[in-house]
Amino acid sequence: MSEISITHILFVSTALFFIGMYGLFTRRNMITMLMAIELILNSVNINFVAFNKYLYPGKLDGVFFTIFIITIAAAEAALAIAIIINLYRSHHSIDVEDASELKY
Amino acid sequence: MTLTLLILIPLLTALAVLLCKGLKQVRTVSLIGITAQFIFSFILLYVYWKGRASGNSSQFLFELNYTWFEPLKIHYHIGIDGISLSMILLTSFVVIAGVLVSWTQEFLNKEFFFLLLFLSAGAYGYFISLDLFTLFFFLELAVIPKFMLIGIWGSGKKEYSAMKLALMLMAGSALVFVGLLGLYFNTSLNGEHSFDLVEISQMHIDAGIQNIFFPFAFIGFGVFSALFPFHTWVPDGHSSAPTAASMFLAGISMKLGGYGCLRVATYLMPDAAHHYSPIIILLSTVAIIYGAFVTMMQKDLKYINAYSSVSHCGFVLLGIGMLTQTSINGAVLQMVSHGLMTALFFAAIGMIYSRTHTRLTKELGGLLKVLPFISTVFVIAGLCSLGLPGFSGFVAEVTVFMGSWENPDIWYRLATILACASIVVTAVYILRAAGTAVMGPITNNHYQHLKDAKWNERLAAGILVTGIVAIGVAPFWLYNLITPDTEYIIQHLGKALTLK
Amino acid sequence: MSHYSYIAFIPLLPLICFLILGLFGRKYFKTFSGTVGTFSTLISTLLSLYTAYQYFFIEGKVNGIFRNITALKYTWLQFSPNFSIEMGILLDPISVIMIVIVSFISLMVHIFSLGYMKGEERFATYYAFLSLFTFSMLGLVLSSNIFQIYIFWELVGVSSFLLIGYYYENPPAVAASKKAFIVTRFADLGFLIGILMLAFYSGTLDFNTLIERLTSTQSPEFIQISSATFLGVSMLTWGLVLVFIGGAGKSAMFPLHIWLPDAMEGPTPVSALIHAATMVVAGVFLVARLFPVFSIDFTAMQIVTWVGSFSALFAAVIACTQTDIKRVLAFSTISQIGFMMFSLGVSKYGGENGLGYTGSMFHLFTHAFFKSLLFLGAGAVIHFTHSNDIKELGGLRKMMPVTHISFLIACLAIAGIPPFSGFFSKEDILIAAYHSSKLIYGIAVCTSALTAFYMFRLYYSIFWSKDFHNHGPLHGEGTLSMKIPLIILGICTIFAGFVPVSSFVTSDGAPLESHVDLAFSAFPVLMAVTGILLATYLYKTQNNRPQVIASSLGNIYKTVYSKFYVDEIYLFITKKIIFNSIGRPAAWIDKNIVDGLMNFLATTTENISALIKGLQSGKVQNYALYFFGGIVGLAALFIYLLK
Repeated sequence: MSEISITHILFVSTALFFIGMYGLFTRRNMITMLMAIELILNSVNINFVAFNKYLYPGKLDGVFFTIFIITIAAAEAALAIAIIINLYRSHHSIDVEDASELKY
Repeated sequence: MTLTLLILIPLLTALAVLLCKGLKQVRTVSLIGITAQFIFSFILLYVYWKGRASGNSSQFLFELNYTWFEPLKIHYHIGIDGISLSMILLTSFVVIAGVLVSWTQEFLNKEFFFLLLFLSAGAYGYFISLDLFTLFFFLELAVIPKFMLIGIWGSGKKEYSAMKLALMLMAGSALVFVGLLGLYFNTSLNGEHSFDLVEISQMHIDAGIQNIFFPFAFIGFGVFSALFPFHTWVPDGHSSAPTAASMFLAGISMKLGGYGCLRVATYLMPDAAHHYSPIIILLSTVAIIYGAFVTMMQKDLKYINAYSSVSHCGFVLLGIGMLTQTSINGAVLQMVSHGLMTALFFAAIGMIYSRTHTRLTKELGGLLKVLPFISTVFVIAGLCSLGLPGFSGFVAEVTVFMGSWENPDIWYRLATILACASIVVTAVYILRAAGTAVMGPITNNHYQHLKDAKWNERLAAGILVTGIVAIGVAPFWLYNLITPDTEYIIQHLGKALTLK
Repeated sequence: MSHYSYIAFIPLLPLICFLILGLFGRKYFKTFSGTVGTFSTLISTLLSLYTAYQYFFIEGKVNGIFRNITALKYTWLQFSPNFSIEMGILLDPISVIMIVIVSFISLMVHIFSLGYMKGEERFATYYAFLSLFTFSMLGLVLSSNIFQIYIFWELVGVSSFLLIGYYYENPPAVAASKKAFIVTRFADLGFLIGILMLAFYSGTLDFNTLIERLTSTQSPEFIQISSATFLGVSMLTWGLVLVFIGGAGKSAMFPLHIWLPDAMEGPTPVSALIHAATMVVAGVFLVARLFPVFSIDFTAMQIVTWVGSFSALFAAVIACTQTDIKRVLAFSTISQIGFMMFSLGVSKYGGENGLGYTGSMFHLFTHAFFKSLLFLGAGAVIHFTHSNDIKELGGLRKMMPVTHISFLIACLAIAGIPPFSGFFSKEDILIAAYHSSKLIYGIAVCTSALTAFYMFRLYYSIFWSKDFHNHGPLHGEGTLSMKIPLIILGICTIFAGFVPVSSFVTSDGAPLESHVDLAFSAFPVLMAVTGILLATYLYKTQNNRPQVIASSLGNIYKTVYSKFYVDEIYLFITKKIIFNSIGRPAAWIDKNIVDGLMNFLATTTENISALIKGLQSGKVQNYALYFFGGIVGLAALFIYLLK
């Protein structure tokens, strides 16, 4: 089995990143936006793991970082969903456009 | 003598006021505190006098120097000379009168008295500071309460006025700060910078640098003292403010500026003072004449007094700009005199307003019959304002004229003559106001039932009138108090000339 | 020095009285205040008389010349080691004679007012103001320092203001008081600048030193002041003319006379005291005080002469047409002060040439008596009839015998009929004028004929002419306190002329022989008698001759009656020029340009913030977009531009 070259993996992670970005910018539903953020985070995770594997095979720094990010993503998701629920309670909507009071 | 008491007494009183309940407690506590500092300022005068009489000829007495923030060489350095002492006396007079006229301040009384006391603490701190940073600190301390006093307890377009006043004064402070920093970074004492007024005065700062930073400091302080054309906060601010705040504003705050112009700008940057003196004279002469003419067209009593303050404070700046000892003495006298007089004027206007609910001259009339005491106070304040001998205004203005006339240059003379001419215009607007507001037939039948001044108002007016007459009849005590200290300023200015 | 300290009480007593009455009068001395005031003035008068006796007969003369005594001196403001304002008392013939006049007339007015002002609500205030005035006027004449005189000058101004505006509920009185104060204030501006000039060049404010330095032609001060010029005129002339403007304002000389006729809105006794006998002669006094300096400056003296003589004639012409008793008297005051003024102007310093100076002071002395008598008489008439329009008056001679006789005496005196006092003083003035300039003499004689005419016009219109119809209940002529001053002043008016003023008051202090030259005085007296006869013909009985003459003069009469429209000119200047062309634009500029600039700064800041605040849309996706855009931008910056 021939090795998958790093470019492929980077291609996947870049695609994942921009899909996430696209989702973040276009979706109104906050849950979807949250999912989009998860995509972005995961694209970063892939990068970390890939770079670790290809550039510094003897070290585990990248993997550790990935684990950190996963943890933080979980915490962030919990927090974000809590915010979304509260927002739903007060606004009866999880449309991000409806929650635009925090402006000038 | 611990000068710090001057700051501590009002501050502690202010804190005590916060613990009080109800108007009665609040005003009693404030009155006690204010009386204490009133008496204290007289003790200070006495001790100072004795110190001078016993041959203590150092420039500042009762000096105290603590390090406040070592890395930047900021010190809590205080001390007084005759000039600051006269300002302290003025403050104590105005503050006690201000508290007395606010005797029936029901709405948010605790906060009101707290802010008044806080403001006075700031003013005292400012006048005793010998460290430029401390001075600036107290200057700022005295600005913020005004914003709230006008914005919360004011009348008319109070939000606008409060905002305008605070913004313009803040802009002035910012300019002052630039000037102070300019001084700070151009002093070098053993390789370190200094904020200390006494130390800076003994150094020689390059004339080019002085010329850069003098305008910042002078205009900055000038804004406080209604320097033309930065005077427009005065009429709006004063007329919207509640009575006591107007008194504090015109009586104390405007003096902060004049004092700063003299003590910081002129004293510390003598070369630049010479350099810019024609411009200062030009602006102050314009302020005097123009202020007087604008006053003539005003219809609201508070506006009349506010614009006349612009005109009168022009004398302060004119005196400073003329740079002779007599004129600077005159400027100091004018600060004290104007402070007392304008406070009295605002007190009288406030008393009239609280009864008639109008300040428009055309709606008033015949008040002398129903409110003889208040109207008399009003007329006395007016007569003092138009420079009647026997009152302080005359002494101060005449000293400024005498001092200005010492400058033989024809343009300086012309400025002096124009300034003199303002006394005629002053007479016109004061008599117009007095003639329509307190004389003449009673215009409104409601006025028939008005009650004349109560004890607190009588006491407030009495205190201020005493001050005015004490200076007007026997000016020599105040004059002798300040002369040795203006001597320092003059020597400094003279040194600057010879070094050139 | 110390044995003069009693003199300080002459002005101080009225001051104390003012303070007591002013502070406590309303409450505690409601009716008693008149007595308090009168008593303090009485003591002042006695002290003044004693001072005069001491000065003139015991201590004043050294080697036959009256010297200047500085009785008291106290430093008030020390500007620099050699330059200070001092409060002091200067005794010399004119100040001594003035304190006698002022305190005496003031006493008479105090007594008269006891009856005249009885029952007024502000009785105590009235007496307080009178005391304030007496204090200021006495302080003025005793001043040893040119600045001290300015201080008291302003104080008499304000007491005059307060007393004119005494009936403050009456709008014309308020307007008149304002006018009086402002017009004299305007003149005082000249005075102040004049003081600054003289003081600066002479290096002193003290009268004695100032006169000494500015009269010796060798002194460095004199050389400096006369060589410095402005607009081609020497500083000495400028200084003196400016000082004279101050004097002219107070003394109601043309064109600053407009306040005096209006000042008659005040209570009549006040007019007698302030606007006839004492304050209005302050200008004459000022010129006399600085006379040695004036006398060496030809231009200034010419101005004094011509302003004085023109005012004398001008006011006399107007007085012939006025119908308000007090206004006639006011114009006559202007005219008589004009006499005093030009008499000073034509005088020289020293010896016989100084006759004009003596005459002027003599006339000041006699004028004080007969003019205050006229005013008090007019006051009695107004008190009795409640009218001061001569068209409504007439035939009062039976009802008011005391007033009638005293008024007649005063009229004869002012007309210059011997042996009444006015004759003697006018005589000195006319001789001085004759020796100086025939033109001035001519004006003076015409004026005195006119004076005789209009005074008797007034006299006949009040006491003769038609019968007086009283609609209200008749009451007596007045209280005793009103009659006594009339009688005393009447006696003084008759005999004051025999006081040998010329041996006391001269320009250089050396006594002067008084002389009455019958041949010389025949012509002026004849002119005066002609004036009286004309007035008798026209006004003694009710007839239409005056109307015929008035209508035949047409517009001329109208112009004179309207006082040559001087008031209208002033009104035009103040209303149109000062208010509308200076005040209003200044206020407009302040509101729209100066304040507008500040508001513009504020609104500009606000507008800019409004422009950029849209970026803070509140939409989280926008923020994310900016964020990533920023990252891309920064990345591009660092990768491509800042390699």
